[in-house]
Amino acid sequence: MRFKDVFSIIGPSMVGPSSSHTAGAVRLGRTARHVLGGQPERAEIIFYGSFATTYRGHGTDLAIIAGLLDYDTDDLRIREAFEQAEEAGMKVQIRSAQKAGVHPNTAMMILERGDQRIVVTGSSIGGGNIEIVSIDDFDVKFTAIYPTLLIFHADRRGILAEMTDIFKHADANIGYMEVDRKSRSGDALTVIESDEMLDSECMDRIAELPDVHRVCFIHLTAKGDRA
Amino acid sequence: MRFTNLEQLIQLCEKEQVTIGQLMVTEQAAEAGRSTQEVIQQMTSYYGIMKEAVLKGIDSEMQPRSGLTGGDARRVHTYLQQGMPSLGEVACTAMAYALAVSEVNASMGRIIATPTAGSCGIIPGVFVSSQERFGWSDEQMVQGLFSAGAIGYVIANNSFVSGAEGGCQAEVGSAIGMAAGALVELRGGTPEQAVHAVGLALKNTLGLICDPVAGLVEIPCIVRNGFGAVTAMAAADMALAGIKSVIPSDEVIDVMLEVGSAMPEKHRETALGGLAQTPTGKRIMKELYEKEEG
Repeated sequence: MRFKDVFSIIGPSMVGPSSSHTAGAVRLGRTARHVLGGQPERAEIIFYGSFATTYRGHGTDLAIIAGLLDYDTDDLRIREAFEQAEEAGMKVQIRSAQKAGVHPNTAMMILERGDQRIVVTGSSIGGGNIEIVSIDDFDVKFTAIYPTLLIFHADRRGILAEMTDIFKHADANIGYMEVDRKSRSGDALTVIESDEMLDSECMDRIAELPDVHRVCFIHLTAKGDRA
Repeated sequence: MRFTNLEQLIQLCEKEQVTIGQLMVTEQAAEAGRSTQEVIQQMTSYYGIMKEAVLKGIDSEMQPRSGLTGGDARRVHTYLQQGMPSLGEVACTAMAYALAVSEVNASMGRIIATPTAGSCGIIPGVFVSSQERFGWSDEQMVQGLFSAGAIGYVIANNSFVSGAEGGCQAEVGSAIGMAAGALVELRGGTPEQAVHAVGLALKNTLGLICDPVAGLVEIPCIVRNGFGAVTAMAAADMALAGIKSVIPSDEVIDVMLEVGSAMPEKHRETALGGLAQTPTGKRIMKELYEKEEG
């Protein structure tokens, strides 16, 4: 089921004019910010498909920038996102490109913060709902509706059992989980959608597991960063 | 959720002797791991935002950034107060309210996507005008929103609700079906009648393309919301009168998927075809972007 929730049909509460091109874009930007773990210093945004042809009229550019600033979909400051970004010291560059086979509403976001750089690609699938399809070179598929953990780690025997064991002890249920790796014993990314909110202790325990490089927590219904 | 199509939805409601709205409240609470009060509270706040948008669009002159549209809701509202609209007062009020919310949306004001922003006027147009007319409580309207949400949930998962994927039929069409079914239930119709209203309504928008001028959610989106509110009421009346959708509503939803999947990209929210590529549509786009870049 692509849509799991009544509030993905009636909702979100949002600033217009387009749920896919404005509200969905805010959520794409916000999710990417949370993957980075904080406010980007530089952001390059590349639009594909319908995003590329109609982003100006829909304020998709304003919306993604607003998301990178961690605004929610109904924040009236979305209209002034360019000014707000400048004030916050975030440099933004926007361009359009073509690519075969991508969903019609797709954006790639290349974000930099200090010496950190990530590339997040996602699509807006309608009604403000999104799907993140890749992070750096990993293929993923998550919606950011649920509390979501991204765990960057090395591909090692038993590491998934160690992660899920921490969930079990935190009494948190896993609703969806996927793993992608670049090569055998190489870098891997595990995405876990949890039915419950996760406390920082649970995340710390996962981060402290051997061969885990970085953990980030995405929870768009709450405000603020949780790196 | 325990249902994936409208037939299962009817069966569950009949078995448990509940309305579609009541069923959706408990299903949502279970899905989200929250109490029924919490989910009702969230929907109540959404209904408040819908009413605010209606008021805002009727009381003040909305001005979308493009300068192309705006003020149509007030025009219809004034016309309604001055004369005898061909539609009759009730449907004309619903139309004015639907235009109002769509204009607020085009002006980057706050709305609730139902199911999308492009179609955000239809449900508030039907709901707020019907509430005024029948004196329904907010609690009843919120139940109606859950009912609309259940119908939209089925459409979205079996077809689509974005213009970029399935054309305008997926946005405005879905919203009309949702509003029609919910209105049947609010007026005391059975779940079966509500589902017939969905099928009747959807059949009327099959094939509708998404061709916004300059890619903006304005032309023809705003007036299509006005038309949509009126059509939803017509579909609800047909179903309440006993008309059935001979092609079952679930099958109509499948047709929407078939038609939308076959729709060329230029007619799916790219502004590369339809009204957007008429001589006037192209001129508007050119002028707008020159202004923006100039």
